[in-house]
Amino acid sequence: MTNSIMLVESLDVQNWTYILVGVTFAIYIGIAIWSRANSTKEFYVAGAGVSPLANGMATAADWMSAASFISMAGIISFAGYDGAVYLMGWTGGYVLLALLLAPYLRKFGKFTVPDFIGDRYYSKTARIVAVFCALLVSFTYVAGQMRGVGIVFSRFLEVDINTGVIIGMLIVLFYAVLGGMKGITYTQVAQYCVLIFAFMVPAIFISIQMTGNPIPQLGFGGELADGSGTYLLDKLDGLSTELGFAEYTEGSKSLIDVFAITLALMVGTAGLPHVIVRFFTVKRVKDARKSAGIALLLIVLLYTTAPAVAVFARTNMIETVSNQPYAGVPEWFKKWETTELIVFTDKNNDGIMQYVADESKNELVVDRDIMVLANPEIANLPNWVIALVAAGGLAAALSTAAGLLLVISASVSHDLIKKIVRPSISEKGELVAARLSAVGAVCVAGYFGINPPGFVAAVVALAFGLAAASFFPAIILGIFYKRMNKEGAIAGMVVGIVAMLFYMIKYKLGWFDDVLPNKSEWWFGISPEGFGAVAMVLNFLVSIVIMKFTPEPPKDVQEIVEHIRIPSGAGEATH
Amino acid sequence: MTKNNAKAYWKENIKYVIILLLIWFLVSYGAGIIFKDALNSIKLGGFKLGFWFAQQGSMYVFVILIFVYVRLMNKLDKKYGYDE
Repeated sequence: MTNSIMLVESLDVQNWTYILVGVTFAIYIGIAIWSRANSTKEFYVAGAGVSPLANGMATAADWMSAASFISMAGIISFAGYDGAVYLMGWTGGYVLLALLLAPYLRKFGKFTVPDFIGDRYYSKTARIVAVFCALLVSFTYVAGQMRGVGIVFSRFLEVDINTGVIIGMLIVLFYAVLGGMKGITYTQVAQYCVLIFAFMVPAIFISIQMTGNPIPQLGFGGELADGSGTYLLDKLDGLSTELGFAEYTEGSKSLIDVFAITLALMVGTAGLPHVIVRFFTVKRVKDARKSAGIALLLIVLLYTTAPAVAVFARTNMIETVSNQPYAGVPEWFKKWETTELIVFTDKNNDGIMQYVADESKNELVVDRDIMVLANPEIANLPNWVIALVAAGGLAAALSTAAGLLLVISASVSHDLIKKIVRPSISEKGELVAARLSAVGAVCVAGYFGINPPGFVAAVVALAFGLAAASFFPAIILGIFYKRMNKEGAIAGMVVGIVAMLFYMIKYKLGWFDDVLPNKSEWWFGISPEGFGAVAMVLNFLVSIVIMKFTPEPPKDVQEIVEHIRIPSGAGEATH
Repeated sequence: MTKNNAKAYWKENIKYVIILLLIWFLVSYGAGIIFKDALNSIKLGGFKLGFWFAQQGSMYVFVILIFVYVRLMNKLDKKYGYDE
């Protein structure tokens, strides 16, 4: 007993990380071997036989990416109230999914989102536009994930970022190519358990330390544990204004922009192909509804903890560094300084760290990712907890990457090859094509992970805008508006995506002008992140106007619409 | 008959969806964004109420809304004979 305790205490962070990452990777590979896919139906939709609970867990892991796990709490801790756009935006979309999309798409019972668009709008053009949108959205998103894998590896295991990307590629390659959707689903179930445990353990410890309450969601609104009787949030509001920042609970974005970004993220979430396709994997329509509920419950567990972590970390950080002598900084500060995630420049040479809102006087630059990555160290938690965060970050990044890669490979092998280029291809041939496209997709994603083009980071957040501007209206109208025809839907998708791309390129990337245009030039004061909401409305309007002037869809298509509105009999439908 | 059955089922479904989405809108865009400043004058423990809705409350309501919809629809499926 004493020996084992000594062993546990003597292992350093590095060794713990190797052990935990090694064990979790072995589990993922074991699951992949156990759940090989033998048919295209298994490869694309896991044989449509996944239980609602397993699908809920898989959806939650699929959904929560490296960004949710590593960056979100940090972003919120710097944005204060404004961080709510991500919290509400990335959860509210599931209500739309459960009420407006998932049941009907499951009843429709095909393999991909372009399948629905192509059949419902009886048109190859519609299918090709949808494939283009799916690839555009998924590739921008997946590059960020591979980079995330590399970053976690490099920070915790001190390997090169590129080596980290390659290790991540090999693991994903193995289980995505072998198991397809079936392999991915069950690895995602395991990955959810790893990532939620890794996120909650440090959060609970820190909540107890700061507020005496083991539930972070309550500690968030509780009194400080120091016996002063001050509420944590009041304390942080005070600290923030003292240093010249906006009050933490107030934020600084305009109301209309907060509204637009939240809407764009919600609708974008409901339009993301890798999320939608998860609902094709359950048996019945009622399972699709239920698994959306379970998925959101599991997501909300992390999403309601993140803003609490943000407040704990922000308060902790300000108290540890603000106006403290640089000579006396704690161990973790030095460690993260070497990775340049914290940079201190003593502008007035007084040896004291001034952390203030005023750029010209501020001496400390803190990377937002530190709020989650360094949290266990700041709170003096044991080494195994620090290592756990690394395993959790990898689980989050790998699960999302795998889901996206599957959408990409299905778009190529099913939507392009089977449905457009070579409809005569055999079942076996399509399965081979699916596996080869998965290999191709992993290589492209890995390439972008190793050589990230400068604009990837800027564009990832906009993947939601693109999904909102393209798929969401086409799918909603396809289900709820029988009269909607191919002319309207295609025109709507094209106008929506072009408007979104235009706004993004002009106001986010600044490629049209010599310098990035000023915020004051934004239309209606809406940022590029929020413009997806405008582009979505534009898509709806264009679709409806064009539809009014063009012929109604054929009778058999109208019958499809009536058919998908009735929940029973989903089991029979296949390709 | 089956056609009328399907129509009636659809009508009730739409009614549920509209009511639930109204609540969805009110807690997030209403309480969390538009009326945030007004609600912030009320305090819930250490939370200002508008802030709480934006960073906690609306998410809890979202989860409840989906499970309510699941229940309502399971009942509706049975009522119209679409249960399986």
